[in-house]
Amino acid sequence: MSQINRLAHGGRIDRSKPLHFTFNGQAMRGYAGDTLASALIANGVRLVGRSFKYHRPRGIMAAGAEEANALVQLESGRRTLANQQATRIELYEGLSATSINCWPGPNFDLMAVNSWFHRLMPAGFYYKTFMWPAAAWKYYEHFIRRAAGLGVSPKLPDPDQYDQMNVHCDVLVVGGGAAGLAAALAAGRTGARVILADEQAELGGQLLGEQAEINGKPASHWLAAGESELAGLADVTVLKRTTVFGYYDHNFAGMLETRTAKLPNGGATTRQRLWHVRAKRVVIAAGALERPLIFSDNDRPGVMLAGAVRTYLNRYGVRAGSNAVVFTNNDDAYRTAIALKDAGVKGVCVIDTRLAPHGELPTQALQAGIAVIDNSTITGVTGKRRVQSVEVMTLNADASGVIGPARTFPCDLVATSGGWNPVIHLHSHAGGKATFDEARGLFIAADTLQASACIGAANGEFQLNDCLKDGFRAGRDAAAKAGFKKASRRKLPTAAVVDEAPARIIWALPTTKPIGQRGKHFLDLQHDVTVADVQLAAREGYRSVEHTKRYTTLGMATDQGKTGNIPGMAVLAQALGVANPGDVGTTTFRPPYTPVTLGAFAGRNVGPLADPVRMTPMHHWHELAGCKWEDVGQWKRPWYYPKDGESMADAVNRECLAARNAVALLDASTLGKIDIQGPDAAEFLNRIYTNAWSGLAIGRCRYGLMLKEDGMVFDDGVTTRLGENHFLMTTTTGNAAAVLGWLEEWLQTEWPELKVYCNSVTEAWATLTLCGPNARHLLAEFTDDMDLSADAFPFMSMQEGTVGDIPARVFRISFTGESSFEVNVPASYGLALWTQLFNAGEKYGLTPYGTEAMHVLRAEKGYIIVGQETDGTVIPQDLGMQWILSKKKDFLGRRSFARPDSARGDRKQLVGLLTGDPDMVLEEGAQIVAENRNNPPIPMIGHVTSSYYSANLGRSIALALVSSGRDRVGDTVYIPMPGKVISAEVTTPVFIDPQGERLHG
Amino acid sequence: MVKPFLRQSPLAHLHLEARRPLGDGLPEAGIHVAERPHRSQIAVRGQATDPAFLQGIEKALGISLPTEACTASGKPGDLQVLWMGPDEWLVVGGPDNAALIISKLTTALVDLQVALVDVSESRTVIELSGKQARVVLDKGCSIDLHPRSFGPGQVVNTLLGRGHVLLHQTDHEPASGSSAYDIYVHRSYAEYLWSWIEDAAREYGLAMRS
Repeated sequence: MSQINRLAHGGRIDRSKPLHFTFNGQAMRGYAGDTLASALIANGVRLVGRSFKYHRPRGIMAAGAEEANALVQLESGRRTLANQQATRIELYEGLSATSINCWPGPNFDLMAVNSWFHRLMPAGFYYKTFMWPAAAWKYYEHFIRRAAGLGVSPKLPDPDQYDQMNVHCDVLVVGGGAAGLAAALAAGRTGARVILADEQAELGGQLLGEQAEINGKPASHWLAAGESELAGLADVTVLKRTTVFGYYDHNFAGMLETRTAKLPNGGATTRQRLWHVRAKRVVIAAGALERPLIFSDNDRPGVMLAGAVRTYLNRYGVRAGSNAVVFTNNDDAYRTAIALKDAGVKGVCVIDTRLAPHGELPTQALQAGIAVIDNSTITGVTGKRRVQSVEVMTLNADASGVIGPARTFPCDLVATSGGWNPVIHLHSHAGGKATFDEARGLFIAADTLQASACIGAANGEFQLNDCLKDGFRAGRDAAAKAGFKKASRRKLPTAAVVDEAPARIIWALPTTKPIGQRGKHFLDLQHDVTVADVQLAAREGYRSVEHTKRYTTLGMATDQGKTGNIPGMAVLAQALGVANPGDVGTTTFRPPYTPVTLGAFAGRNVGPLADPVRMTPMHHWHELAGCKWEDVGQWKRPWYYPKDGESMADAVNRECLAARNAVALLDASTLGKIDIQGPDAAEFLNRIYTNAWSGLAIGRCRYGLMLKEDGMVFDDGVTTRLGENHFLMTTTTGNAAAVLGWLEEWLQTEWPELKVYCNSVTEAWATLTLCGPNARHLLAEFTDDMDLSADAFPFMSMQEGTVGDIPARVFRISFTGESSFEVNVPASYGLALWTQLFNAGEKYGLTPYGTEAMHVLRAEKGYIIVGQETDGTVIPQDLGMQWILSKKKDFLGRRSFARPDSARGDRKQLVGLLTGDPDMVLEEGAQIVAENRNNPPIPMIGHVTSSYYSANLGRSIALALVSSGRDRVGDTVYIPMPGKVISAEVTTPVFIDPQGERLHG
Repeated sequence: MVKPFLRQSPLAHLHLEARRPLGDGLPEAGIHVAERPHRSQIAVRGQATDPAFLQGIEKALGISLPTEACTASGKPGDLQVLWMGPDEWLVVGGPDNAALIISKLTTALVDLQVALVDVSESRTVIELSGKQARVVLDKGCSIDLHPRSFGPGQVVNTLLGRGHVLLHQTDHEPASGSSAYDIYVHRSYAEYLWSWIEDAAREYGLAMRS
């Protein structure tokens, strides 16, 4: 296909760099500097897709972020992107795009039958139709989604990379048009750190699409000079292809930078980068978006925004039609008429809703021989897949209807302008208010909570000269407020001031029949919301603009109503009889301004970098040994070590037997370790723990239980007295940071008088736990300065010495009920000692064991795990741990035991369960009932907290929390499971060595 | 038995020293990295308002205690004290020096309510330098590291990527824009952080420093 609509000259495209691309499989050509949209228009593509609800044919209607129709599926396979605006895709070699929301193609779409039934599909159609019966929604939904869906999400992981960057600046300037560039220059010259971000590939904003002059020369000269000056300023960063998509409290902004095209081998860099910007001042120079006139069948392909038509001509050297009508309520669109005429477009005429337009631009148009039909409106458009003609009639006195004869103008392009709306989206994101300028029919930024200002067109300044002035002033002002007051005196650039007459605001233009009865007046092109829909909503009682939005889906499409929301809000106001549309208000602008790829939010936090893996010093030994891992917080802990051909149960049984019959080794380095020092350390522990610590001898260890203020178990662990004023606390792996935080909270906020310092030493030590009857023999080979005999080194004591010539702290404590030695060595020696123990340990049957075996072994002894036997609702009494609650002193949580709830007789208590079938392993979390009957409801009396097969006992065991459990010992309870009911006997929770002979041996 | 040479830093298994070093025919790299393991590190707690404490530290170490937030005293490569909090500091020295430093401090601070904890084993140090060093940090750190806000001698506890680090800037050459940082990282996070840095530095080129 040739570029039939490409002009021979002009525009900012590079005709020496042709690019090849395909659209719906058809090969086409464009040039470097094109967008997909400009290239499609150049190639004569009129139809790009179908609308969401009625599947009406749609063409390109804009040239930027406000495009509502031209959504495409970009690329295919793993790199595919859905719902991309053709107006925002820079053309690149090999680009491939297809239409969305139509099948089999945009020229013939099966779902277009919807438009025949439009009378059956009013506003709220889906709510009204598919909500009864409620249960059937899941059936309807499948078909509705298939019929209505837009693009197709990729099914495979995105092969492209995304990353993130944090940056701070004095002044963030949003938008690189005339005002933004001026602001960046003014701020940058003061020496302030400035970021100028612009969504387009080139700076210039609207100037790129105009034939404007600055200082009497084409504006491009000023743009180039400004850009080159900025490049020479060390602390100014210019980011093109970068959209400030969200503006948040404390002048925090999110920006999305597109770095490479959506191409295979896009380069070494990431495709997109998400910037987190923290700015002292924000200057919003985001420009303005043109809004369409709302007339009957204003959605036909070929009906475009007048400014966009001009941009296609001036920037891309593309003619959007060969026979054009301009339809306007203001002077600005006359620029388009003149440009079209200059480009050789035939039959250019202007339909103006105003009576006898008389401004500078209409006068120029008339002089150029362009016909102007005043006080008129388009009453109808013919041509389904492309505009063929428009019908024009004169407006009546109050513009509520039309009079006189209808005239028909053949044309294939209708360029419409209803005026321009300042882009106050970002201002609004961060809590800024807006006021309605009734005369011009637009919202202007008002009070803001942030250190920001809207300037230029974003502040309703539509004269280029004003934008320049505003920009330099705002840039200087922002820099000064950020502390950079040095301002150079320079002659500011100027542009000619064009006298523009006021617009005539008519929100919905009349046709020969009442609105809704002849054609459709579209407000929201992407969601197919019409004036009639909004009027219906008002008749049905909708008053709030927010409710109306949700009911009609006005502005809820991917373009978020950038063109349709303001006319829609005004139509609602009229329907409600509200004089000032500002009183109806706008809906809330929400980030993102334009869609952001989810990959950019993930950044590099994917794959192996998704979350840190915390590794113990012995991590890589475990890995080589082929262990299976258990995640505990961010730690990887060995779960079990299967040998060739072993199942998990085989491995765990083997590890459990070794721990009780030979010797087994556990990597316990992940347990939290807190060094506590100070003259009040013992008193501090008295308050933090439930039991007493003052009397603990140096070198002795004690188990402690920590409660929250509510009396519920928070953490447990063994603490050792290293010196008179020096303790070493251990915590559970998962709670290490939380416990340190808890200690600091009490020290810093409640007990500042206590002289105590807490320091985390978790990472300083490697902890190797030798467990089992042979532990002592093996350890004895490694130390000659510690007496390991039971008398010299009793249970719950600590010795310092050397192990394998390494300085070590050895604790005789146990979480398995077996004689155990916890060897702590400096972390960097952990792996070496671990390896040496295995070199020497084979003769003793040394076996590495993981967390699963540890859990089984401790359950055999009825030792609790915080977070497994407790869930934040369990008090020590429930666990049968009254013995650890001191009666002589106060401690955190104690007062809560006075609550009646703590004394309830039917609280759930920790018990053991032995199933009738010894091979039956209960499921953890299973519910327990007292009666085996089959007529629910059956009261639940508790649940299983831990359940394992115990190789040492040759049967299954379980721990459970059961209402009044201790009174039920000996009773039979039932655990109903799918297809069966399991019976179990309630027992005490200690299954092995209740006297502790192994422990102390 | 376990010989001292069997001691392993958290990144030892990556054999970084065996990689091609800087200048060995590699294109110019924007990022230079190295692990600086086994530094002596002592957590010191005490009252900065107590003159005896300040004097004791200076007497024991020959350098003053930094009382201004987020600053360090001493010289990189030599004995340094890094500010960690209003009542918390980290004394850093060369390898295998912790016992000596602690004994000097203990002597000088006798009768004062302080805490001295040897945490040399808790962290390793990744040295990051080069023209793009700051940009690499910007990818994962929300602190303002621009020379106007952060410079040599400044220290901050912060997040880099998803890991907690103690970031100490040791050098900055305004002419070349090159900066150098010591990144103290808990040993369990060291491999994650190393992977993170390698990933973030890829577009600028990465070279090992001896």
